[in-house]
Amino acid sequence: MKILVPVKRVIDYNLKPRVKADGTGVDLANVKMSMNPFDEIAVEEALRLKEKGAATEVVAVSIGPAKAQETLRTALAMGADRAILVETDAEVEPLAVAKILQAIVAEEAPGMVVMGKQAIDDDSNQTGQMLAALLGWGQGTFASKVDVTGDSVAVTREVDAGLETVSLKLPAIVTTDLRLNEPRYASLPNIMKAKSKPLAVKKPEDLGVDIAPRLKVLKVSEPPVRKAGVMVGSVDELVAKLKEMGAVA
Amino acid sequence: MTALVLAEHDGAKLSAATNAIVTAAAKLGGPVHVLVCGPQAVADQAAKIAGVEKVLVAADAAVANQLAENVAPLVAGLMGAYDAFLAPATTTGKNVAPRVAALLDVMQLSEVIGVEGPKTFTRPIYAGNAIATVESSDPKLVLTVRATAFDKAGEGGSAAVEAVGGAADAGLSSFVGLEASKSERPELTSAGTVVSGGRALKDADTFAQVIAPLADKLGAAIGASRAAVDAGYIGNDHQVGQTGKIVAPSLYVAVGISGAIQHLAGMKDSKVIVAINKDPDAPIFQVADVGLVGDLFTVVPELVAKL
Repeated sequence: MKILVPVKRVIDYNLKPRVKADGTGVDLANVKMSMNPFDEIAVEEALRLKEKGAATEVVAVSIGPAKAQETLRTALAMGADRAILVETDAEVEPLAVAKILQAIVAEEAPGMVVMGKQAIDDDSNQTGQMLAALLGWGQGTFASKVDVTGDSVAVTREVDAGLETVSLKLPAIVTTDLRLNEPRYASLPNIMKAKSKPLAVKKPEDLGVDIAPRLKVLKVSEPPVRKAGVMVGSVDELVAKLKEMGAVA
Repeated sequence: MTALVLAEHDGAKLSAATNAIVTAAAKLGGPVHVLVCGPQAVADQAAKIAGVEKVLVAADAAVANQLAENVAPLVAGLMGAYDAFLAPATTTGKNVAPRVAALLDVMQLSEVIGVEGPKTFTRPIYAGNAIATVESSDPKLVLTVRATAFDKAGEGGSAAVEAVGGAADAGLSSFVGLEASKSERPELTSAGTVVSGGRALKDADTFAQVIAPLADKLGAAIGASRAAVDAGYIGNDHQVGQTGKIVAPSLYVAVGISGAIQHLAGMKDSKVIVAINKDPDAPIFQVADVGLVGDLFTVVPELVAKL
């Protein structure tokens, strides 16, 4: 079984994004970019499935600018076998990403697509579910455990009520949550080896997908700032303050 | 503009999140209908929400566990009669709504926190570090809505309840089981008071010994930072933050939580925030209304005694 792993190049997880003064978006100029953390977990899970013998090949795919090749090289250095970049400088919305991935799935015929549950830039949490709908596949979202047996996969999902387990017929989509695994670091020899692994570049037009946006961002602004509070010196003061504010009886 | 709201429930009881989504739907200006994938008893509760014109109930076994593969085609089939579909931004809503959007070939708007116009909405991006105002050009709207951003519609309605059939098993997925955490405490996302603990609580036993008495005293739900959940102090369903639950209680007490961006994203809309931390430079103090620098292992028991 082949596993397809979509990865996205996003602002580094440790950085605090700054809203541009003109309100057109978030300033990404000269900002460190990395692989979306949920996608790192997806790459790791695919590699573990391969190491366990449940998968034979791991193919990473990214949709984005030429620089997204760096993100794909990271996936290759972690251990993915080859990579595909669908190159575009346009903002691609989740629905269009799902359509591009649908076209890649038609070419590659994977048995599973494992991807992050959301990207930490637009926080949409849509692409996996949309891809599953377009393909008519089952979806195991927010996964904290993935168990492949024969032609089905059991996915334990982190849901509001606790942990839910569903069984999906393969092929299927799995989207990863935080506690699925801890992604490995790429070793230096593997980083060197990744440079010679195959990386194919395509364009959305090659795949016949219309990526015209459906949403228009009118403005991006800073969130409202909370007013500075007070520091108290003792538990007595804390209790008195809370009573004064009416926060406790 | 008629809107269809997906009801959130546990198979017996309607979640109050549904009431908040009804408020958001009413802001679109047209009639509001609610879809219950579950038993008649839940539909009867939904019918009492003020402002709801009609409740549709799909009692088929195929949708009883909210499997997206079966719920989404049912919703997509109903959308001929609707202009908008709104689901709460819960794990159920987030699982189902994008699947509906793709079936309808429209772009979803996620975690909507404000209705600015019939097609214009605000939503947080970058873990709440920025707020985007977004306009849809699609013929139909599909939204997930953050329940804490809207007032809960009251009771007093008497909507008609109508059965909808035809929900079929797509044969793609099956429900195996739910490992639900049992608790006598209020539900985290709707609780009036939340006490949360962080990494500083050391281990699962210490977490319970320190946090539980304070939560009991305040009648609070228990939350946790991602670090505390990752370290196994408490289950994932208690995580407050960007990728956990979003809460906005009247009182939020953060104990031993440093205040990482992704945690703040989940609680900064709380009315009063109290922070207890031994590090005076912890970022949590920047959003706290009342802060106390001190050792939580002495401060918290003292607080329990004095409240």
